[in-house]
Amino acid sequence: MRPADLCQYPSSWFAGGTDILSEVVISSRIRLARNIAGYEFLSCLSPDRQQQLLDRIKETLLSLDLGGKVDYVDIDHASDIERSLFVERHLISQRHAKGTGPRGVVIAKDEAFTAMINEEDHLRIQVYAAGLQLHACWERINRIDDAIEQKLDYSFDIRRGYLTACPTNLGTGIRVSVMLHLPALKMTGQIEKFMQAARDCNLAVRGLFGEGTEAVGDFFQLSNQVTLGVSEKQIVDDFTERIVPKIIAYEAEARKTLLEKKPHALDDKIQRALGVLRSACLISSQEALFLLSNVRLGVNVGRVKDISLSTVNELFMLTQPAHLQLRAGKILNADQRDTLRAEIIRSRMNRN
Amino acid sequence: MLCQNCKEHTATVHLTEMSDGQRSETHLCQQCAQQQGLAIKTQIPLNELLGTLLSTQPESGEKKNSPAAEHPCPNCGMTLKRFSKESLLGCPHDYTEFEHELKPLIEQTQNGKDHHCGKVPSRIPKEDRQDAELIKLNRQLDVAVKNEDYETAARLRDQIKSCT
Repeated sequence: MRPADLCQYPSSWFAGGTDILSEVVISSRIRLARNIAGYEFLSCLSPDRQQQLLDRIKETLLSLDLGGKVDYVDIDHASDIERSLFVERHLISQRHAKGTGPRGVVIAKDEAFTAMINEEDHLRIQVYAAGLQLHACWERINRIDDAIEQKLDYSFDIRRGYLTACPTNLGTGIRVSVMLHLPALKMTGQIEKFMQAARDCNLAVRGLFGEGTEAVGDFFQLSNQVTLGVSEKQIVDDFTERIVPKIIAYEAEARKTLLEKKPHALDDKIQRALGVLRSACLISSQEALFLLSNVRLGVNVGRVKDISLSTVNELFMLTQPAHLQLRAGKILNADQRDTLRAEIIRSRMNRN
Repeated sequence: MLCQNCKEHTATVHLTEMSDGQRSETHLCQQCAQQQGLAIKTQIPLNELLGTLLSTQPESGEKKNSPAAEHPCPNCGMTLKRFSKESLLGCPHDYTEFEHELKPLIEQTQNGKDHHCGKVPSRIPKEDRQDAELIKLNRQLDVAVKNEDYETAARLRDQIKSCT
């Protein structure tokens, strides 16, 4: 896998549907935290044994049938830009990018499956899908987990479940999350309603890149906090049948209200965003995020007809800093990045 | 923006109410909102819980420097003091070694639950004791290989094999 090839295209799983589900739910993700029996957790594992563990897990993963071609990337020896690219594409966590010591990642060709080795736990596998597809994610990751377990013994205790380095992952070791786009709730000042519903259900609200990141623009990552005493299936069912439909209903209601009661204010916001994106010569990543978010809403409510949802989704991914620099083939300063970002957005927005 | 009620703390809870087409906004701080029953079960961050971990040990007279906080896990050397700083455990055996101290922390972060429910590996899970044994043997094997003590290494490999 060559990072330079990736930076021109969005991940292949990252395609937008057109129903209200994939308008509000951008993506679904499930990850499992696992540790291998016979090894200390990473904070107490010597560098030699970390290397030994890395080799062992890597060989095992590469020998398995993971449903398609996979690549291995040595994160310890990757360049800063490559690491950032992987974070921007959600292939690895920020923690993995910034960490130290022998560590790597196995990435499936469609980028929907990745396995981080020697992150906070020995092994963290994750599966992504576009829209609300948590059941499909669970089926795929469960199958992969079964296959790994045939070759490697996991640290497991019948009472406590899968043993993890941090007690907040104990039990199932599962983190189920959905990336949500909630512009109308934000615009109508009702986002607190969503936050409260999340807290009441013991869910965490985070930013675009998960743990430790602030919610930027109108994007929110919603994930389970409780991992012990609830089965994986229960958590997935809760999200799919109870939690997400409720949030979608809130957002849909807010969109309807905006369209009926404040159509001009809504159009103004959308058209101004379009105007800036179609003509600006310098755009920061923050500004792009906010404006693209407004355009995305415009596409979703039918007020913007000549731009597709997939174009907007694509631009979110391709205009991130590491993507721009790999595309340019060199390190760019902030000004140069803002220029290139504006150029790409202008050309995509005016083409359609 | 200051809380409308106490006018002391920053307002973090913003309520918008609509009645008879009249829109009214209320801005309150966390405490006042909680007092009025408007808010809100706050998730206690893990690091705050960790801070209380050592101070709640009954036998610990001098809190953070007490013997209980310094007691190392015989398997990995992790202490509660270090765990409360890093929030990561050192080996699976820590869950047994520090069971008593970890229990309230796990219950608070896991919504009161303390029993696993869900997927179980198809291979019979090993006893925790056996896992700790395995770690110990693996460590000894490393040392033996480094010292080119192949006789001991061979013996240890056999022992490890019989464990798995």
